[in-house]
Amino acid sequence: MSDIVIYSIITVSAMGAAAAIILFMVAKKFNVVEDPRIDLVEEELPAANCGGCGLPGCRAFAEALVKADDISGLKCPVSSSEAMARISVILGKEIADPEPLVAVVRCAGTPEHRPRTNLYDGAPACSIASALYTGEGGCPHGCLGLGDCVEVCRFDAIHMNPETGLPEVTDELCTACNACVVGCPRNIIELRKKNKKDRKIYVACINEEKGGVARKNCKVACIGCGKCVKACKFDAITLENNLAYIDPVKCKLCRKCAPECPTNAILEINFPVRREKAEAQVQD
Amino acid sequence: MIQTFPRGGVHPAEDKFAAGSPIKTLKVPETVVIPLSQHIGAPAEPVVKKGDEVKTGQVIAKSKGFVSTNIHSSVTGTVRKIDSELDSSGYKRAAVVIDTGEDNWAEGIDTGKTINKDITAGADEIIRKTLDAGIVGLGGATFPSHIKLSLPKGKKADVLIINGVECEPCLTSDHRLMLERGDELMVGIQLLMKALNVTRAFIGIENNKPDAIAHLIKLSVNYEGITVKPLRIKYPQGAEKQLIKALINREVPSGGLPVDVGTVVHNVGTAVAVYEAVQKNKPLIERIVTVTGREMKEPSNFLVRIGTPVRTLIDAAGGLPDNTGKVVNGGPMMGKALNSLDVPVTKGTSGIVIIPSAEASRKPVVNCVRCAKCVTVCPMGLEPYLLMPAAEFGKWDLAEEESILDCMECGSCSYICPSGRPLLDYIRLGKSTVSKIIRSRKQ
Repeated sequence: MSDIVIYSIITVSAMGAAAAIILFMVAKKFNVVEDPRIDLVEEELPAANCGGCGLPGCRAFAEALVKADDISGLKCPVSSSEAMARISVILGKEIADPEPLVAVVRCAGTPEHRPRTNLYDGAPACSIASALYTGEGGCPHGCLGLGDCVEVCRFDAIHMNPETGLPEVTDELCTACNACVVGCPRNIIELRKKNKKDRKIYVACINEEKGGVARKNCKVACIGCGKCVKACKFDAITLENNLAYIDPVKCKLCRKCAPECPTNAILEINFPVRREKAEAQVQD
Repeated sequence: MIQTFPRGGVHPAEDKFAAGSPIKTLKVPETVVIPLSQHIGAPAEPVVKKGDEVKTGQVIAKSKGFVSTNIHSSVTGTVRKIDSELDSSGYKRAAVVIDTGEDNWAEGIDTGKTINKDITAGADEIIRKTLDAGIVGLGGATFPSHIKLSLPKGKKADVLIINGVECEPCLTSDHRLMLERGDELMVGIQLLMKALNVTRAFIGIENNKPDAIAHLIKLSVNYEGITVKPLRIKYPQGAEKQLIKALINREVPSGGLPVDVGTVVHNVGTAVAVYEAVQKNKPLIERIVTVTGREMKEPSNFLVRIGTPVRTLIDAAGGLPDNTGKVVNGGPMMGKALNSLDVPVTKGTSGIVIIPSAEASRKPVVNCVRCAKCVTVCPMGLEPYLLMPAAEFGKWDLAEEESILDCMECGSCSYICPSGRPLLDYIRLGKSTVSKIIRSRKQ
């Protein structure tokens, strides 16, 4: 009886030892030397795997950071500048401090400005409606309001406002990962420089049609009159294809352009109320 | 036993209200809007400019690129502008706007009524004239016909198929054409046979048009090689691959063309257009359009000039009923709702269907119950219930694996779905995205 026990122990131990030796040799032979810094860098990254950096996930981005000599071109839109500073210490490489950006919806065509001419009852996706026709309003460039941008946002930073039928970005949550910019079939969303107190001034229209046509489709369309271009003292506004564009880098937020716009296509957001306007309101 | 295609298909209500009304020629409108992209492929390049005087049948835009075709003025008048105008695509596209004057046809066009049965043109001449006349597939797909007639090297066709199925509910333009212009059709088919160098031609007609079948059988006796074949009613029998299967029992391979199985399919309207182009030198500047609907006063078939606003057609058919919910360009199965009545009739407009508001909206969307009705009816043997979520959630690799590109958008799945799911909407999205991915992979 005891023989069986002993033989069993010896046999199993021998098999175990043999397996251990084989495994050891295989592990040696196929050993992958991985830079330990990849793990360290990955820990600092947000693990959102949003693809905002242009690479498939945070691990790939960490690898790219470790591999590249010059990492000033690699940017994670989600990471805070502190996290990026820590990564810079780990790698001993200079990291360009990325200018914070925020997504901006360049359409202000609410139902009152852009009356509904028809009813869409197809699948609720902008990409599908956009392939079919101009949309419920007549504007071929405007927001369709079916929420493809909301769908793609990984950070819950964009929501449809049921009253206006337009998406609204929560600036604090937006990481400028670019997903909504790509997701919008009409290229309405743009990433713009984040300013102090989330102040924004931009042309809320991308309609490149002639003034009359654009105006007919939507009351707050940019008609390409060029008044804002003249009003700007910093050469920040350009007019191309009947559409004004405010360069977010050159713009000094002086607010000279907005009152000039005859269609109110230039939006000012998070600014204090203008003095004249405030007075008018008091009089009312 | 009369034939049909074996796999899938649905039986929507036929509603051929305009079947009994003869083709009426509509007055030339005051202004026509002629889009430069009325065919699949590259838009034509305009050769006229603002202020030019044009004659009926004169070329106003030249074919640009291989898949493209010519566009002709459908009226005599002055070019008002070349600008982007709303067309049936739902978007503004480049178009030539012409103010109409007195109707003078360009030189060389035979406008007489006599039927010219003597075929003198050779194959090359027929193909050249098809391109010159700007002929596209008039069944609705608007693929330039001269390309289908010039067979790729090494390929040979042995039989020509003529599509007189008209499986779309409501539409009757092909039906009337077969009844009223049978002789022209027969000569047109002979021209197509000559161009393709084939000796046999089959005309497939669904047997809800017994008068057309009888009429063409009587005529076909005088023309060698042409056989009329009645087909059992089933949608989408007018689709190329289904018609080939039904008539000659050959199956076009996935991603292949009919010529891979030795055949070419043309619509009856195209055959008549080829007759006019070759025998009469008349370009494609008018077509037959059915204007119909359950509530319409006079469902009609009109012969209209390309570029006529849809509104004119509806007014001629008794005006828009008060309870109109949707105006569809094309048949109710594959057509697309218009969002303006000012869009012009183009080469691909086979019908205008007016749908009352009670029938216009879709069913509310509820969850898929896995009944697999969509799989049963899909004539291509696809699984729409699987393709829709694949496209909805961006699983493009799965969609490609499941042959999403084989879908021909007949809409049978959306029609039959008891849960009202927008299957075809998402499949279309999937098709366009997958073909984009495949194109980028090739580069």
